Amino acid sequence: MTAGTEPGPDTGKKKLSNGTFARVARYTGVRLLTLFATVVVGVYLTILIANMGGYVDQIMKNDIIENVTQAMANDPAARKMTPEVRKQLIEERIALGEKKLGLDTPVVVRDFRYLSNALRLELGHALLMTSDSGSRQVRLIILERLPATLLLMGTSEISLFFVSVFLALTLSRKYGSIWDKLTIGLSPTSAAPPWFYGIFLILIFAAIFKILPFGGMVDTPPPTNVIDYILSILRHLVLPASSLILSAIFLSIYNWRTFFLIYSSEDYVDMAKAKGLPARDIERRYILRPTLPTIITQFALLLITVWTGATITETVFLWPGLGRTLFRAIGLYDIPVIVGSTIIYAYLLALTVFLLDFVYALVDPRVKVGGNQS
Amino acid sequence: MNTFKKNVREILRYPSAIIGSVVILILIGVAIYAVIAIPYQKAITLWRGGEDVWYRNPKYAAPEWIDWLSTKKQPRSFYINSTTGKMDKVVTPNGDGTTGINITYTFNYTADYFPQEMSLYFTDKFDQKQPFVTIDWLTPDGRKLRIDNFAVDTQQTFRFSQDMNLVNSLGGTNPMEALFTGIDSKNVVKGTYKVVVTGITFEPNSDISAEFVLHGTVFGLAGTDHMRRDLMVALLWGVPIALIFGLAAALGTSVLTMIIAAFGAWYGGWLDELIQRITEVNLVLPFLSILIMIGTFYSRSIWVILGATIALSIFTGAIKGYRAIFLQVRESMYIEAARAYGASDMRIVFQYLIPRMIPLLIPGLVSSVPSFVFLEASLAVLGLGDPVLPTWGKIIDDAWANGALYKGYYYWILEPAVLLMLTGLAFALLGFALDRIFNPRLRGM
Repeated sequence: MTAGTEPGPDTGKKKLSNGTFARVARYTGVRLLTLFATVVVGVYLTILIANMGGYVDQIMKNDIIENVTQAMANDPAARKMTPEVRKQLIEERIALGEKKLGLDTPVVVRDFRYLSNALRLELGHALLMTSDSGSRQVRLIILERLPATLLLMGTSEISLFFVSVFLALTLSRKYGSIWDKLTIGLSPTSAAPPWFYGIFLILIFAAIFKILPFGGMVDTPPPTNVIDYILSILRHLVLPASSLILSAIFLSIYNWRTFFLIYSSEDYVDMAKAKGLPARDIERRYILRPTLPTIITQFALLLITVWTGATITETVFLWPGLGRTLFRAIGLYDIPVIVGSTIIYAYLLALTVFLLDFVYALVDPRVKVGGNQS
Repeated sequence: MNTFKKNVREILRYPSAIIGSVVILILIGVAIYAVIAIPYQKAITLWRGGEDVWYRNPKYAAPEWIDWLSTKKQPRSFYINSTTGKMDKVVTPNGDGTTGINITYTFNYTADYFPQEMSLYFTDKFDQKQPFVTIDWLTPDGRKLRIDNFAVDTQQTFRFSQDMNLVNSLGGTNPMEALFTGIDSKNVVKGTYKVVVTGITFEPNSDISAEFVLHGTVFGLAGTDHMRRDLMVALLWGVPIALIFGLAAALGTSVLTMIIAAFGAWYGGWLDELIQRITEVNLVLPFLSILIMIGTFYSRSIWVILGATIALSIFTGAIKGYRAIFLQVRESMYIEAARAYGASDMRIVFQYLIPRMIPLLIPGLVSSVPSFVFLEASLAVLGLGDPVLPTWGKIIDDAWANGALYKGYYYWILEPAVLLMLTGLAFALLGFALDRIFNPRLRGM
């Protein structure tokens, strides 16, 4: 979905008669429309899968029937009723329960209702989950978890990004040195996911040395003092953030380093070196500048992953973030929560991809929005 | 053939590739051994078996080699019955229709730590009247302790440390500690111990027999888990499962991706457009969430998950990369030549386009194996592992759920984790070297 490989609709033939504005407007319109269609299809597919073709309905209906029958069996008042009355009451209650969860409407209708609500960002009410403050609103459930995820993912991903770009730039200058070779040698370690490193970090720092907590986000009971509270959160943040960074850092440095190396072997870089420009200027103006679109793309895509959270890492570290909430929602068949977090991710992704086209045009004079160079 | 030889020679120039290949070959060997030594059905019965299969094993026992790290020795498990160990059974009929049965279990205890548990598993015969037994304990320093006496059923398990009479008579201390220490020391008294079961039966056909089981604190080469299962079963069976899942997913994903990309690039038009759109939609789909949903709602079978993984991994960024290269190759002279002599579309795609890409395919395929191996483990850690098969991820999940790191059962998590790491690293190292061999642009870097 990167704009570089995909020139927009062909408006070049009309050339000069069309102003820049019309070209940009038309491109923007077409692009927004295709992206929106992508989001609609993607979210609809997610809803279909979240429903498993009515399979989940059956599970939920059985749950209701079981709960109602159980409640009636335990109700002393119900025992005195005649079997007919009791049967009728059970049926009424089952119908009520099904209505409450929306199970009385057909799957197809319900799917489209979910879809249109989701697209309008009316996230609605969760079926079973509640936020910590007791609300059923999906919006509140998500908002409540968001800070934790942003804190964890933001800290780790952003520091990972800048550290690896910076180190890669340094390494590409010292190409072939021991540090360079070490990074190449260590890059296969990124095959393991963050939770895997998390287990080792917990083992070393929490179980053996007992200097950092096993998991969670804050001590129990939470410190009343603000400074202590922040310190407690930071202490809990160290291990999950480190495991996220550790699992990606070497491959990330390696990729950026190779990327910079390819660009620093361009002729114009050699030319600049021949002119005797200082190394810093060469790096800034001849290597970083032309690679800026790629760097920005990577950064933007990274910001979206910050949003989704890291389900398994959060689960292993008992971090109360979005990823874990989503996992719990799936376990509870809570479709509104699943759809809610998917739609936000989809919108953010589409928006980022859309904005990137314009950012490219800003940073790279060779790129024109909706134009083609031929 | 010549290029193959050249490539092999090239691979041998990279130490990382050699290490990776050797580890992979060893893993394949272990996988074959595991499947032959413990056939599929047996592995499942063992892994799902409960107390009846594993009652002779201790719970949470570390592997035996942990002893090598310390001068003090941990006790190993053993059992004594009529076929193994030193068991003497003396039957003396009394004149009045009752029979005295005397069973003595003799064992030598040399460990420095106390055992986890001792049990007697009785299997008796009687019609109406239950036999009655008395259990005595004889220490190396010549003391004799009365453990308990009771009437036994046809099937009965007597656990020493759970017997309230014994605990009370020892003044509340743990029987395992009290029985193995001397009168005025805290240390284990080493030497020959005896358990004497003195029984009396009241019917002519009645009989008492029992098996004595001592649960040590170490077990086998891999240790045991919370259900007394020998972890070796799962560690061994984890190898073929990890390899098959990783390789099948990597192979399926990369081959299908390439074929679809080739068709899209060759035919162009609406097909190409459709593939592009599907790829964009797939980017929006939350990959892990969908796998979790399939695992939770539909089936946790490893094959269903494998299929879903492949289906979701085809239309990703890789398909765009392949497409770009295919679009270039499509314009080559040799393709034009093939067209000129009238080769069919199918022939061009499968005989001309795809073979060109195999050098690019192989490094990517090998490098993607670890992520799939870890994906299986990740799903297992979320509790979505295959319900019947023993896998590494499920060991980690069990260990995690039972607080292995809190309680210090480090071996439980470390063994599968090290194997996962080893497998992942082996494929990553090999894939890395292959990447440098097949992508000349990277070779100098």
